Amino acid sequence: MARSLRVVCFVNQFFGQLGGEDKAGLPPQAMDGAVGAARAVQQALGEAGTVVTTVACGDNYAAEQGERAVAELIALIAAAKPDLVVAGPAFLAGRYGVACGALCAAVQGQLKVPAVTGMHAENPGVELHRRQVYVVQTGAEATRMLDEVRRLVALGLKLARGEAVGAPAAEGYFPRGLTRNVVTSASAADRATAMLLDKLAGRPFSSEVPRPAFPSVPAPRLAKTLEGATIALVTDGGLVPRGNPDSIEPLNATRYGAYSIEGKTSLDATQYDNPHRGYDTSWVKQDPHRLVPVDVARELEQSGAIGKLHETVYSTVGVATTLAHSARMGAEIADKLRAAGVDAVILTST
Amino acid sequence: MTPVAVMVGANRIVQAAGIIHPLGNADLAPEEEKALRRRIVEQALQALRTEVAKPTVFTRE
Repeated sequence: MARSLRVVCFVNQFFGQLGGEDKAGLPPQAMDGAVGAARAVQQALGEAGTVVTTVACGDNYAAEQGERAVAELIALIAAAKPDLVVAGPAFLAGRYGVACGALCAAVQGQLKVPAVTGMHAENPGVELHRRQVYVVQTGAEATRMLDEVRRLVALGLKLARGEAVGAPAAEGYFPRGLTRNVVTSASAADRATAMLLDKLAGRPFSSEVPRPAFPSVPAPRLAKTLEGATIALVTDGGLVPRGNPDSIEPLNATRYGAYSIEGKTSLDATQYDNPHRGYDTSWVKQDPHRLVPVDVARELEQSGAIGKLHETVYSTVGVATTLAHSARMGAEIADKLRAAGVDAVILTST
Repeated sequence: MTPVAVMVGANRIVQAAGIIHPLGNADLAPEEEKALRRRIVEQALQALRTEVAKPTVFTRE
C-alpha cells in the first residue's frame, strides 16, 4: 500500500469554527490537524492520508486583499510540506469559493502540489477558476458534507498519486476546457449516426462537441418614438472604405472600423471595398447599399420618419469570428453608440 | 440565416433578401430594388418599436 499522504485543508472562518460574519476579517492562520470541515476530509481519507494542518482565512480578508491572503496562505501551506491540498468545499458561498479557486491555482503553480476544491455551479469561483484547477461540483449547502467531500478526496487522491483523471462528467468536476485524445471502438460516422437516431427518437444523447453558451440578453425597449430617435447602421458584412484602412481581417476578425457618412445621401461604390471571405461580395461591391442602406435611411431621416441617422457606420467581418472577439467588439461599439446618444441600431448581416 | 440569429439570442430579427445582398436584389430593376430595400428598413424600424420577450423573427410581408 502507498504511504499515507500529507494533506492540508483550507477553510474559511465559518468552516474553521473560528466564528461567523463577525470574524470574516481574520487573517490567515494555521491550525494543527483537521479542524472544522477538515474533519470530514480526514474521515474521507481514512488510511490514505492525514490532514496535518488546517489553514483558515476570513472571507472578507480573502476578498478584499486577495493577493496578500493567497501569499500568506501559501507560506503557511508550504511549511506543512503537503502532498495534496483540499480547499473547501465552498458550496454557494461566493467569497469562499473565489478564495478556494485562487488558492488552488497558486498551490499548483507555485508549490507544484496538486490541489482540488468543490463548489456549487453558480458559485462565481467556478467561472473564475475552473479552467486552471479541478473544481468538483457540489450542492448549494453543506447538508451532505461528507458525501461531497468524499468526491473531492477521491479526485484529490488520484491527482496526488499521479493517476489518470477521467472526463469531467465521470469524475464530477467542472469542464476545464481541455481536449484529450481517446481511442473509441466506434468510428465517428457510427457515433454520429447513433446520435442522430437518438435525437430523432427523442432519446437523450450528448454531443462530443460542446457548443458555446449564448447568454440570453433582455430585449431593450425603444424609449423614444422613431420620429425623435437617432438610429445607427452597423454591419458584420465587411463593408470598408477602399484600401481597408483598419486592416480588418477577411475572416476571424479581431477589429472593426468606424466610418463617417456625414453629408452623404448615398454610398459611391468606387469608394468602398469588402474583405469579407465568408460570402461572394461581388453584389455588395457593385452597390454597397445592398449591405448598408444609407440611401433609404437618409430618405427616412429627411422625411422625418426617424429623428436622425447617426453619422458613423460601424463595420466588421463576421465569419469564423470567435464568440469572445464578437462579444468584445459588440460591447465596444455599443459603448461608443451610447456615448454618442444613439437610441437604436439596425445591424445588417450576411 | 435567421435560425442562427435566433440561436445566438438576437432579439429583433428581420428576414432580409439573402446572404449575398441582404438589402437588395441584383435581379430587380434599380427602382424596384430600392423599394425592396426601403420595405426591409421600414420593417426593421417597425421591429424596433415592437416589444419582444425573446428572439423574434419578423418575416417579410
